[in-house]
Amino acid sequence: MSIERGLEYVGLKGIDGPLIFAEGIRGVGYDEVVEIISPRGEVRLGTVLEVDANAAVVQVLEGTEGLSTSRTRVRFQGQPMSVAVSREMLGRVFDGLGRPIDNSPAPFGGDRRDISGDPINPFSRVYPRDFIQTGISAIDGMNTLVRGQKLPIFSGNGLPHNRIAAQITRQAKLLGEDVEFTIVFAAMGVKNDVAQYFIRNFEESGVLDNVALFLSTASSPSIERLLTPRTALTLAEHLAFDEGMHVLVIMTDMTNYCESLREIGTARGEIPARKGYPGYLYSDLASIYERAGRIKGSEGSITQMPILTMPNDDISHPVPDLTGFITEGQIVLERDLFQRGIYPPIAGLPSLSRLMKDGIGEGHTRDDHAAVASQLFAAYSHVKEVRGLAAVIGQEELSPIDKVFMEFGEQFEHKFLCQGEYEDRPIEQTLELGWDMLSLLPRGELHRISEEMLDEHYREREGSEL
Amino acid sequence: MNSSTQSTVTRVNGPIVDAVGLGDAQMYEVVEVGPYRLIGEIIRLQGEKGTIQVYENTSGLKPGDSVHPTGAPLSLELGPGLIGNIYDGIQRPLPEIAQHSGAYIRRGEKVPPLDTERNWRFTPSAEVGQRLNPGDIFGTVKETDLIDHRLMLPPGTSGTVVEIVPEGEYTIHQTICRLDTGSSIRELTMTQRWPARRFRPVRNREDVTIPLVTGMRIIDTFFPIGRGGAAAIPGGFGTGKTMTQHSLAKWSDAQIVVYIGCGERGNEMTEVLVDFPSLVDPRTGKSLMERTILIANTSNMPVAAREVSIYTGITIAEYYRDMGYDVAVMADSTSRWAEALRELSGRLEEMPAEEGFPAYLPSKLAEFYERAGAVTNLNGSPGSVSGIGAGSPPGADFAEPVTSHTKRFIRCFWALDTALANARHYPSIHWLTSYSEYIEDVQSWWEEHDAEWATLRLETIELLQHEDSLQQIVTLVGPDVLPDSQRLVLFVADLIKNGFLQQNAFDDVDMFCSPAKQVRLLRLMVELHRRAKQIIEQGAPLVEIRDMQCIPKLVRAKSLTENDDIKRMDALLQEMIRELDALKEKYR
Ligand SMILES: Nc1ncnc2c1ncn2[C@@H]1O[C@H](COP(=O)(O)OP(=O)(O)O)[C@@H](O)[C@H]1O
Ligand SMILES: [Mg+2]
Repeated sequence: MSIERGLEYVGLKGIDGPLIFAEGIRGVGYDEVVEIISPRGEVRLGTVLEVDANAAVVQVLEGTEGLSTSRTRVRFQGQPMSVAVSREMLGRVFDGLGRPIDNSPAPFGGDRRDISGDPINPFSRVYPRDFIQTGISAIDGMNTLVRGQKLPIFSGNGLPHNRIAAQITRQAKLLGEDVEFTIVFAAMGVKNDVAQYFIRNFEESGVLDNVALFLSTASSPSIERLLTPRTALTLAEHLAFDEGMHVLVIMTDMTNYCESLREIGTARGEIPARKGYPGYLYSDLASIYERAGRIKGSEGSITQMPILTMPNDDISHPVPDLTGFITEGQIVLERDLFQRGIYPPIAGLPSLSRLMKDGIGEGHTRDDHAAVASQLFAAYSHVKEVRGLAAVIGQEELSPIDKVFMEFGEQFEHKFLCQGEYEDRPIEQTLELGWDMLSLLPRGELHRISEEMLDEHYREREGSEL
Repeated sequence: MNSSTQSTVTRVNGPIVDAVGLGDAQMYEVVEVGPYRLIGEIIRLQGEKGTIQVYENTSGLKPGDSVHPTGAPLSLELGPGLIGNIYDGIQRPLPEIAQHSGAYIRRGEKVPPLDTERNWRFTPSAEVGQRLNPGDIFGTVKETDLIDHRLMLPPGTSGTVVEIVPEGEYTIHQTICRLDTGSSIRELTMTQRWPARRFRPVRNREDVTIPLVTGMRIIDTFFPIGRGGAAAIPGGFGTGKTMTQHSLAKWSDAQIVVYIGCGERGNEMTEVLVDFPSLVDPRTGKSLMERTILIANTSNMPVAAREVSIYTGITIAEYYRDMGYDVAVMADSTSRWAEALRELSGRLEEMPAEEGFPAYLPSKLAEFYERAGAVTNLNGSPGSVSGIGAGSPPGADFAEPVTSHTKRFIRCFWALDTALANARHYPSIHWLTSYSEYIEDVQSWWEEHDAEWATLRLETIELLQHEDSLQQIVTLVGPDVLPDSQRLVLFVADLIKNGFLQQNAFDDVDMFCSPAKQVRLLRLMVELHRRAKQIIEQGAPLVEIRDMQCIPKLVRAKSLTENDDIKRMDALLQEMIRELDALKEKYR
């Protein structure tokens, strides 16, 4: 046993779920990496969760199956979990810890970085303002994405979040700039075919060379998922802030990530907050999501698009709830729209982009953008009320103006929200479509838009007497 | 500090570190831990053993690493240079840290909170031989164009001036005044230290009588907060907590604003840093940054420092209050602070009460909100600290512990509503679930603007309540069965929502609404209802009211009329009354 390789000990005091307890140890630091050598000689990785004068609690990333208390060996590495990052990682596939799994040798060289990263100094951030056109009207028109934003997709089982994410990766571009997005893709606990779907999609659009994949699929050990987004983001930070690239990070499925975190918390006997999730779930998620953004002195950016499935479509479940408190908005998918055949089924009201306000308008998109979006939201929200009423008193009994709103609702969903999976709408088209929709309503109902804008864009129709 | 006992780490559990050899240490003493000399605070002592809360990432820290006591409690340095600065939770200036360690905050950074080299122009106001008591002012420094920094004797210090320097340029640590305290000579500089967690004493607590004018109609007119008041603004994600807090930081008529970003987004602090310097305070014509102090302990920064950030902010606020200023403190979000408490408490293996929160959560919340207040300072000047805390209830459920306990200690509750936010009705503060107990306190102030203020306000609230109960009928049977007199209520309520309650923070005109404009808008709505009601009773159909020429102008008056254009508002009222009078004639 040499000091450089760390100290090695034989035997464990105990094993409990994903945790092992090592005793009689010395000089071990909190959060350092541990190699665990099973009785059969396989090497697994772990990290120190707690340490005192002679004992340590270690979480084993690849699971504790096959470990024994007497014959397991433990080797403390004296440093936190790190990954060597370089541009060479593009076009390659790795596991959650950054080890290649595409049958090619590990990329040569690279700079080793602690995967936990350090917090970005708020003083050093650059406020994100550059409009990203995704070609999807529901996003560009009403929930605009900007470069450096963290905007998750809140989905449910069986909803087409992967197709939407893939469409965004195909179509996302900046107006007037010819830079391609570099993509870092992290899969946590999703089925292998989900990963394959994305790989095929990247291949088809010929960008695979510009993508790094970190896969910790359902068949990988659950605890490995805790490191996957961090490993991926460590590379993203290098590409964005050292190499000046615009990086789009897709992370799926954050719900699986949170379940692994819950598993560790339970094994440690921690007092949970809601639904068994640890009280620090918020801070833990923030340490991932806050790694998006732009910083002074670098051209690059990290835009995050985490995907999560809401258990039972419940948006108040801790995972979507805490995510929504951290991210800069959310794209919510709605089962009802999906079942009515509307793709993408992006919910009109609960979706939100908080950075939209600074990424749209004159100089970014068009001066009427904010007003159109606001009015569409207001009108669609009234549609929801009217539909509720219609369900009770019957459509025929609605007042004439409410009938107009019903018609607006139908058209809005079928013409504005709904579009093809390969349909790439320029922002002008989206806004014009928005005006087509709003012009179905009497001008006097459009309180959120100034008279001048109405004069310019509102399409007066013959006989629209209301 | 006695250095014969070496103190060392015995256990590391995230930010909670146990150590031995702390026999000479004091509770709440600051210690430096391990090779990076991480900053921590002793929070538990038992004989030689102690527990330390460490304010920086403890990754790599080992049992056996040394612990260095500093002999002082966690305290803030108060003096010129606070304004315009941005600090982390333990008062480290983030711009300096950026200079040292780049875009990422590295551990172990030690940076003085205030610029020690900068020269400030000091003007003495005390004379040799003068007797000074705690809080008394001995000179001033022009800290910004807006703020005279009044240099005060620290609480607990008094004496006779034996020497004071003449007007001139000095740095913060130069001695500028010598005081004979009777037992010794005390040297005063431009700064004083004060423990972050301790309330700064006052002579007297006073009643709240003046509103803190925020420029937000739903707040000022319906649920006002007084200067020195305490308010909470809870809401689910995306309902407008931060936007409201930013609005208040921008447009409220406090003289000093302390904004605490506690466990929230980095970009939101960046936004303040980018926007505020170029925004002009409508009252003073100066940049908003000249009255603003930022504390940023964002969600990804260490939780232990998040716990302190609240105290850091409020202590700075009290310091300016002591000078005689009206200060407003915004904390976004107190829930994240409570969660920091919960996380630390969990690691300390304390018995939890509700949802894992420690049993002392309510008393800690009370301590925070109690530090708001209108006061007479030690030096006799009036001052106030208004405290406004955002809350982030999980699942927007207001019954959870932080929100429900907070309600016990505040007198003003702005309930954000997810349904309103989803409908993009901003601000999404709900008029039926919010309340303010300051209404009577500030009533006479408002009556200067309109003698009928209280009545107008009440009538509007009653109308909105009436509308709510009518809506329940409407959702069952539709609006058509209602008589026109009731449909008028629905119509006017709608107008009030669109033309009065909604206020777009991005609207160049409407982002701030002056009190004079607020009462006039309110009167427009109330007059419309009062008069239209009569006309309908005379037999006119509702459509006559709906089709009035002035209605679209009423809806848009908020964004078309400048704040000081009182004439135009009054003209609009006259125009509406003329039109209503004509209808009244028609149906006589
Ligand atoms: N007064 C307002 N005017 C215009 N938009 C608002 C207003 N309040 C909230 N919003 C919108 O709602 C979004 C979320 O508001 P925010 O304050 O960030 O929510 P929270 O802090 O409660 O999560 C903002 O990005 C903005 O688009
Ligand atoms: Mg917020």
